[in-house]
Amino acid sequence: MTALVEAVGLTKHYAVRHGWRRHGALRAVDGIDLTVPEGAAVGLVGESGCGKSTVARLLLRLVEPTAGTVRFAGRDITGLDELGLRPLRREMQLIFQNPHAALNPRRTLFASIAEPLVIQAGLGGAALRARVEHLMDDVGLPAQFLWRYPHELSGGQKQRVCIARALALEPRLVILDEPTSALDVSVQAQILAFLAELRARRGLTYLLISHNLAVVRQVCDEVAVMYLGRIVEHGPVAEVFAAPRHPYTRALLAAVLPPRAGALPTVALAGDPPSALELSRGCRFAPRCPLAEPVCRPTDPALDPVSHDHRVACLLARRAPASPSTA
Amino acid sequence: MTVASPDVAARLARLRVEHAGAIRQARLFVWTFARSASAMVGLVLVLAFLVLAAGGPSIVPYPDDATGAMNLAARLQPPSGAHWFGTDEMGNDILTRVVVGTRTSLWVGLIITGVAALIGVPLGVAAGYLGGAVRQVIMRVTDVFLSVPGLVLAIAIVAALGSGVLNGVIALSLVWWPGYVRLIEAKTLTIKHEPFVEAARAVGASRRRILFIHLLPNCFSPLIVKMSMDMGLAILAAASLGFIGLGAKPPAPEWGAMISVARTYMPTWWWYAFFPGLFIYLTVLGFNLFGDGLRDVLDPRASRS
Repeated sequence: MTALVEAVGLTKHYAVRHGWRRHGALRAVDGIDLTVPEGAAVGLVGESGCGKSTVARLLLRLVEPTAGTVRFAGRDITGLDELGLRPLRREMQLIFQNPHAALNPRRTLFASIAEPLVIQAGLGGAALRARVEHLMDDVGLPAQFLWRYPHELSGGQKQRVCIARALALEPRLVILDEPTSALDVSVQAQILAFLAELRARRGLTYLLISHNLAVVRQVCDEVAVMYLGRIVEHGPVAEVFAAPRHPYTRALLAAVLPPRAGALPTVALAGDPPSALELSRGCRFAPRCPLAEPVCRPTDPALDPVSHDHRVACLLARRAPASPSTA
Repeated sequence: MTVASPDVAARLARLRVEHAGAIRQARLFVWTFARSASAMVGLVLVLAFLVLAAGGPSIVPYPDDATGAMNLAARLQPPSGAHWFGTDEMGNDILTRVVVGTRTSLWVGLIITGVAALIGVPLGVAAGYLGGAVRQVIMRVTDVFLSVPGLVLAIAIVAALGSGVLNGVIALSLVWWPGYVRLIEAKTLTIKHEPFVEAARAVGASRRRILFIHLLPNCFSPLIVKMSMDMGLAILAAASLGFIGLGAKPPAPEWGAMISVARTYMPTWWWYAFFPGLFIYLTVLGFNLFGDGLRDVLDPRASRS
C-alpha cells in the first residue's frame, strides 16, 4: 500500500506572549512522523490537549507548520499557498467534532452542501441542485431538509449534512476529528456504522481522531497513540490492543471500564500530563510513567520498530517482553 | 398570459418551498418580537416618529410657522384648542415646529449611525480578520478615540468647523465609529475560529468568499441592534449640540435649539421647553425599546447578561 498522506518531522509551536514579551513556545505538535496508507483507516488517539486536532489541521494545511513536511500522494504540499492548495482540497476533507458549529447558521443546508461544488466545480442551476439532492440521498436525509437552517436539525442529522458536504468533491482522504463525541450515544453508533459503510463503498482513506478507544477499535486498521505532541506507539489495531508496548498505551487501555458487572478500571496513572509549555528533557512520559528508570530522564526515545509494522517510542519497550493488555 | 400563468404559479410554489426555512424563521422573529410589550411600544414610537418625519410640513396646522414667521399677537400662549402645544415667543405654533423638527432629527440620526457603521465595520472586520499589526494599529487608534468623551470631542470639532446642523452631523459621525469597530472586531474574532469557517477553508474558499459569505452575514444581527439603539442616542447628541448653540440655529425648527431658547422662559411658559423635550424623550425611548426588542429576537444570547 502506498502512502496517501505522510507527515515527516511535522511540528507546530505556538508562541506564548505575556504582553510584549515572548515567553517561550507551546509545543502542540513536536516532530511527528505519520503515514496514512491509501485505503486504510488509521486511528489517532490520545488525551485532550495532546495535539491530535492540530495534527489534522496540519495535514490539511489549515494551520501553518513550524517545521516538517506534509506529502500528499507523494507530492510535497508544505510550501503551497492558498491558490496552489485549492485543487488539492478536493482530495482531502475534514469532518468536525461539533456538527452544531460546523455549519453556518445563516445559510440553508443547500447552500452549505453546495459550497464545495460552487467553489471547486463551478456548478450552478439544475446540475448543482441535482448533485446536492443526490448527496442528501447518499447520507440518508430527505431532500426537503435542503431548505432548512442548521438549528432545525438534530445533531446526528447535522453530522450527516457535514458528511455530505465533505463527500461532495469525492475526496480520497477524509480526516474525522472526533466525529461522534458531540453526539448522543444512540446516534454515535449510527454515524460510525454509516462512516464504515461509506468507506467500504467508496474506498476512502480515513484518519480518525478520537479519545474513544472503542471507536478506533471498531473503525480502524491501524492506531497511533499520541502523548504531548509526540506519537508514542503506532501499529495494527489488533496488535496494539492485544499487546500494547508503550506504558502510556497500556495505561490508556487499562483506563477503559471493563464490560463486567462491578468491575472498575485499574488506576494506572496519577496526576495530569505536564504542560506542553514546560517539557522536561528526555522521555516526556517519564514523570508519570510507572516503569520509569533513571535512563529515561536524559534520553528522548525515538519511534523505533519493535516488529514489522509496530513502532514504539520507549527505551524499555524493547527490553521488556510484551505483556498482556491488562498491564 | 394563459400560457405564462401556470409557469408563474410553479415558480411561486418552488420559491415557497426553497424559502420555507426563511419564512419559518421570519415568523418566529415576528412572534418573539410581538410577545414583548416593551418592544411593541418601541415599534409604535418609532413608526409614529417615521410617519411624522414623512408627513413633515404637509400635515401640520401652521406650515409657515416652521420657517420663522412672526405672529406677535399670539406669542407665548398656553396649550389650547388652536395651539395644542401652545406658542413660542414669536407666536409660532410649537406643535408645528416640533413635528417639522422630526425630519431633521431623523436624518441626523440616520447619517450619524450610517457613517459610523460605514467607517467602523470595515475597520472592525480588517482588525478582526487580518489580525497582527493591522489589528494593533486599528484597535489602538480606536482606543484613543474611545478614551475621549465623544460629545466633548464633537464640540471641539464643531468649534473648529463652525456651528450648524451639517457640521454638527459631521462632527458626531467622526466620533461615533469607535463603538462599531469594537463590536465588529469582537464578533469577527469569534466567528473567524468557528468550525464552519474552517470548513469553508477546507473546501478551498477564497478569503473574499469567507469574508462576504461567512463572516459579514453573521455580524449583521448585533450591527442592526446597535444601530437602532444608537439612533436615539445620536438624535440626543445632535439635540445637545443644538442646545449649546453649536448645532442648528434657533429659527430652524430643531428640538435642541428650541429648548435652548425656551429655557429662558422657564418655568412660567413651561410648554415651550416641555414639548420639544418630550419629543426627544419619546424618540430616544422608542429607539431604545425597539433596539432592545430586536436584540431579543436577533441575538438572544446577548440579551440577559
